[in-house]
Amino acid sequence: MTSSATAARKPRFTVDLPIVIGVVFIALILAVGTLYTLKTQGTATFLSPNYLVLQLHSGAFLGITAAGMMMVILLGHIDLSVPWTMTSGAMIATAIGGTTGDLAGLGLGLAVGLVNGFGVAFLRVPSMIFTLGMNTVLLGLMVMLTGGHAPQSAATDMMTFLGAERTLGVPHSVVLWVLVSAALVFVLTRTALGRYMYAIGNQEAAAYLSGVKTRLVIMAAFLMCSLCAVIAGMSLAGYSARAFQAMGDQYLLPSIAAVVLGGTTILGGQGRYSGTVIGVILIVLLQSVLNVMQMEEAYRQIIYGVVIIAMLLIYGRQRTAHR
Amino acid sequence: MSAAARFVRYNAGLILAIALFAVIYGTYAVLHPNWGLNVVLQNANESLALIFVGMAQTMAVLVGGLDLSVGPLMTLTNCFGSIVMAGSGGSVLAGVVGALALGAAAGFMNGCVIVYGRIQPIIATLATGAIYLGCALILRPTPGGAVNGDIAWAFTNDLNELGLTFGWWEDLGPIGLLPMQALFLAAVIGLVWFPFRATVLGRGCYAVGSNEQAAYMSGLNVNRSKIAAFTLGGFFAGCAGVYLTLQMGSGNADAPQAAEYTLRSIAAVVIGGTSLFGGTGGVVGTIFGALVLRSITFIFRVIPAGAALSFVADPLLQPLFEGLILLLAVSLGAARVLRVKNRLSLFT
Repeated sequence: MTSSATAARKPRFTVDLPIVIGVVFIALILAVGTLYTLKTQGTATFLSPNYLVLQLHSGAFLGITAAGMMMVILLGHIDLSVPWTMTSGAMIATAIGGTTGDLAGLGLGLAVGLVNGFGVAFLRVPSMIFTLGMNTVLLGLMVMLTGGHAPQSAATDMMTFLGAERTLGVPHSVVLWVLVSAALVFVLTRTALGRYMYAIGNQEAAAYLSGVKTRLVIMAAFLMCSLCAVIAGMSLAGYSARAFQAMGDQYLLPSIAAVVLGGTTILGGQGRYSGTVIGVILIVLLQSVLNVMQMEEAYRQIIYGVVIIAMLLIYGRQRTAHR
Repeated sequence: MSAAARFVRYNAGLILAIALFAVIYGTYAVLHPNWGLNVVLQNANESLALIFVGMAQTMAVLVGGLDLSVGPLMTLTNCFGSIVMAGSGGSVLAGVVGALALGAAAGFMNGCVIVYGRIQPIIATLATGAIYLGCALILRPTPGGAVNGDIAWAFTNDLNELGLTFGWWEDLGPIGLLPMQALFLAAVIGLVWFPFRATVLGRGCYAVGSNEQAAYMSGLNVNRSKIAAFTLGGFFAGCAGVYLTLQMGSGNADAPQAAEYTLRSIAAVVIGGTSLFGGTGGVVGTIFGALVLRSITFIFRVIPAGAALSFVADPLLQPLFEGLILLLAVSLGAARVLRVKNRLSLFT
């Protein structure tokens, strides 16, 4: 937060370091996985295009979620309401069904983003706690609507199209991820809004004094985050053919981890979108390699934690405030 | 400014939390058909683990961080305790001491990763939390464990039961009605928290939380204060794990439960008047913050069926109302926004 000016003047390679190391880690994970399968099954499963496309197919949902999460983390905020925004978007859409359902799901994302943004930007409640409350409210709403059971209705055609189907072997979810990414990269690098977001993440007071309408920018970031979350949730429901309780819960921490592993500082103001993509791929591959190795859940958790710490120890060390 | 006025001003958050608790719990007591000491005991039983976890979170928040590993750490000490505490006298004592030491050691590790690894607390503890949960799963792949029933019973009831169970004393009169939970809490606060707060390290935690740079310039050992804060937080999480072991009589490496405790601990800290920006507040406020959270849950149980508001007692609506009340409680802090004269001061 204190070093915005120096960061901008730094040579490029320091900014790219997380991405380089991320790629190295991805290669490492693939190598370990391939060695394992070569030894046990005699095949290089991890290097087959089919397998990689499959990973991208299911990883795209995390990718879209993390993309939205990055928008708020860039401001130095966080959105803990993502899990139930995903779930309730998907549930509303499946419950109503048809095109109306799709629109209702998106509308819910819009509404959640507006409320979050209002609470954080105008009421100035810390985002951590406001979005946490929002998460509980959404959970409560869904429990009220569904009576605590999984809704029986199936995914809409649109959701199946986006989440499950492929064209010429390319999963639509990956295309969706690419489109969302392109839109966000455009916003971040080519628009004033993107500039403002970095500025607010570095020093909100300075941005305010420079005439930026900081509160509207914060609202826009939360809107983008919630929209990404419902899009991910709805296509995920298409992928699994239905919406179910707590389907988003396993996306919250990995999405934050993916953003941070990609080199975005959790304090905001610094980070590149390509890093987030690398972070997502890294996490997806790590999870699937551990899956194939039939690692027990316990060791999986430990390895997961150790990899995050190890990567951050290599490049995430922030300058201490007092030196 | 008189001393009383200054006290009110510096402890506004704490006073608000106490008032909120008094109102909510008072309503509960009035509505409860046969509210009495048994009910208080039961409530205390359900609240103490959350209180300890909230206290653990407070330590991280005080130094300007956030600890996402408090829930997993409680789970880890719970699983550890459920293994070591199965047995009689000596092994139970060893289990309690061991679990507390394990909690403190894990907290120390958090502190070291944060201070020497120079990683933001929220991310570092996200990772260590996963590690602790993994360790808990190794210790207890399936829920289980049998803690000595007598001991578990004696230490989760009132003083009289403790005496009766072991034949130490018969009836202590009114003193004997004191719940053990209150004694545990008083012991931890009186023997650990107040002494810690009075030390240079403890003062340093507040200083680091309000302005790390100024603390460094004043010659405080910033690193040591931070590590101490996280170590103490780990110890509190260990207390929660031990109590959960006594209360449940078993260990369970339950990931959703750990996550829920972590999230609720943040809410408890905020309601208790500790600023998420660090440097103000303390664990005493958090106790009441946690009690407020629990009382909200309690109150839904006792709303009479015929009352005008009886629809809120519908169990399907409870999560919604809990969330709304939480949102409302944290938005109360927004009153600050209406008072500021210079909008620039909002950003600092």
